[in-house]
Formats: sequence, C-alpha cells, structure tokens
Amino acid sequence: MANPVEQFRIEPLVPLEIGGVNVSFTNSALFMVVSICLVTAFLTLSVRGRALVPGRWQSMAEVMYEFVANMIRDNVGSKGRKYFPFIFTLFMFVLFGNLIGMVPYTFTYTSHIIVTFGLAIVVFVGVTIIGFMHHGLHYFRMFFPHGAPLATAVILVPIELISYCSRPFSLAIRLFANMTVGHIILKVMAGFVVALGVFGILPMAFLGGVTLLEFGIALLQAYVFTILSCIYLHDAIHMH
Amino acid sequence: MSATMMDEPKAPLSLEDLDARLRAARAQESTKDPERSRTGDAGSGMGLGFRVATELVAGIAVGTLIGFALDSWLGTRPVLMVVFLFLGAAAGVMNVYRAAKGLDDSVGLGQAQRRKDRSNGS
Repeated sequence: MANPVEQFRIEPLVPLEIGGVNVSFTNSALFMVVSICLVTAFLTLSVRGRALVPGRWQSMAEVMYEFVANMIRDNVGSKGRKYFPFIFTLFMFVLFGNLIGMVPYTFTYTSHIIVTFGLAIVVFVGVTIIGFMHHGLHYFRMFFPHGAPLATAVILVPIELISYCSRPFSLAIRLFANMTVGHIILKVMAGFVVALGVFGILPMAFLGGVTLLEFGIALLQAYVFTILSCIYLHDAIHMH
Repeated sequence: MSATMMDEPKAPLSLEDLDARLRAARAQESTKDPERSRTGDAGSGMGLGFRVATELVAGIAVGTLIGFALDSWLGTRPVLMVVFLFLGAAAGVMNVYRAAKGLDDSVGLGQAQRRKDRSNGS
C-alpha cells in the first residue's frame, strides 16, 4: 500500500541555491504557478467578450467577483472596498489551490502549513499595520475591555494580546489541517479498495462520498480563510 | 445567477427598465438581513470542532512562544515561559468559549458579549 503521507513530499524540480539559501523550484511552487495561471486565464478569458448578458464563463467570473464583493461589503463595510484586490486574490489563490489538489496526481500546496502560515502572517501583519494607520496608538486600547477594573489589566491585557497573536496560527492551522486530513483519508481509503479485493466495493462507495465532501471542504475552507481575513480587517478599521 | 433569469423576458426590455429592476432587487436584498452573525464556519459541527481544536492549540503555542522569546531575551529561563504558558491556555480557552457561544471573532471578550446581547435584545 502506498504511504498516505507521501503525497505531501516536496521535490525540487529545478535545484537552485542563492546565497546559501535553498530556493529550488519545487512541485509546490509549480502548482502555485499553475493555479495563478489558471486564475488569470479564467478571469481574463471569461470576461473577454464583455457581454452585457453574460455567458456561462462570464457569469462564473461575475459570481466570484460578486461573492467576494458582498463578503467585503457585509463584513468590512464600505471602507473595505479598497482592499478588494487583495482579498479577491487571496480567495482565488486558496480556492484554486484547494481545488487543484482534488485532481489526481497533483500537489496541494495548501496542505503545507508553511504556505498557509505565510498567507496568514501577511494578513495579520497587514491588518495590524492598517489598524495602527487608522487609529495610531489608540489601537492598543482594544486589548483592554471598557469598564473592567484597572487592576485586572495585568492579566487581561496579556490574555487578549495572546488571543490576538494566535489569529494567524489558528487561521493557518485550520486551512492546513482540513486539507491534509482530507487528503490522508482519501489515500487511506483508496488503499483499502485495493487491499480488500472484491469487497473493495464498500470503501469505493465510501470514497465517492468522501470525495464529494472534500470538494465541499475545499470550497468552504477558502471561504472561511477569506471571511476571517475580512473580519480581522473590520476590527482594524472600525475598532468598535 | 443572471443566466437563470434569461428565459422569462420574451420582448427585449429597455436597459433603463432592467437597471431600475436590478436596483429595486438589490435594495430589497440589503434591507432583508441587516444583522447577520459574523462567525466563520459555525454552521457545520465538524467546522466548529476543528475551530475549537485549532484555537486551543494556537493559544497555548503562541503563549509558550512569547514566553520563550521573552525568556531568552531577558535571561530568566523557565519563569516567563511557565507564566505565558498559562496565559496562553487562558487565551485559548477564552477563544473556545467565544466560538462555543457564537460570539464574533473580534478582539475583546467583554465587547463581543455586549454586542451579542445588544443584537439579541433589539
């Protein structure tokens, strides 16, 4: 039986080293490039006609656009409109990473915690900078709840601060864990199909259901990642 | 979305008419559901479970990391790490409490609680 975690192995395709740092072009990087090309092709080719009554492809692209635009409007407000390009890019990158991973023999780059953590830390640092830009040093005030006795600040402020700093971790772990677990389940079940011979029909049927579920999770996790970024952005801009 | 509505109008409508109808539909939509809950994946049980697990782990990990960094900076090896481990655990539990109570994900437990009460009361 094939090793269920072998699918996550990173293999350098073009070994490269700059200044003692390994910057090889790996299979992970390849699929990131593939997904970016696919997103770009999908968005540019589908709206090429600029039809007033959209065709199939164009309405798909428009649905994506409206989905993210509504998400920003509902969760960030009108001030969040200028961050639309970033949020939309983030959404499409994660979504296509998750979906490409569902194609057999491909590599799921969102199943590596360093990738999701890289995305999450960009969101976190960006949101913190935006918060300080909008509110200056008043931004620190939100770590201390209004109306609480001043003596409790010693314990409340560190707790809120840690809770704030744990955001990129929980954001990264949630996406990474969902993708990794799903792919391992698929691989283990596929191993049972071969091992059980005729009775392999049972795990095979189960596999069909799990694959559908995985598509759902791929969509849902891209949505969750983006909506949480929106909520963090809302916090930084409005601060309550 | 718009493709599904293509079958109803037989006569070519004027664009102004279409625009007015679109605007009316949008206005209706925006007044329909103004106070929606802003929690990410609270819908599914599995999502909530994943969330609780990650919040616990992330809180403790970040607390310990901060404690470790402060320790190696100030040279007080085990003390701050232990203190921040517990603070991190408290932060993790607080985040789980918020997730379980369906509070929003913004900073500040007290404010989140008050916002929830306000939206329930009105």
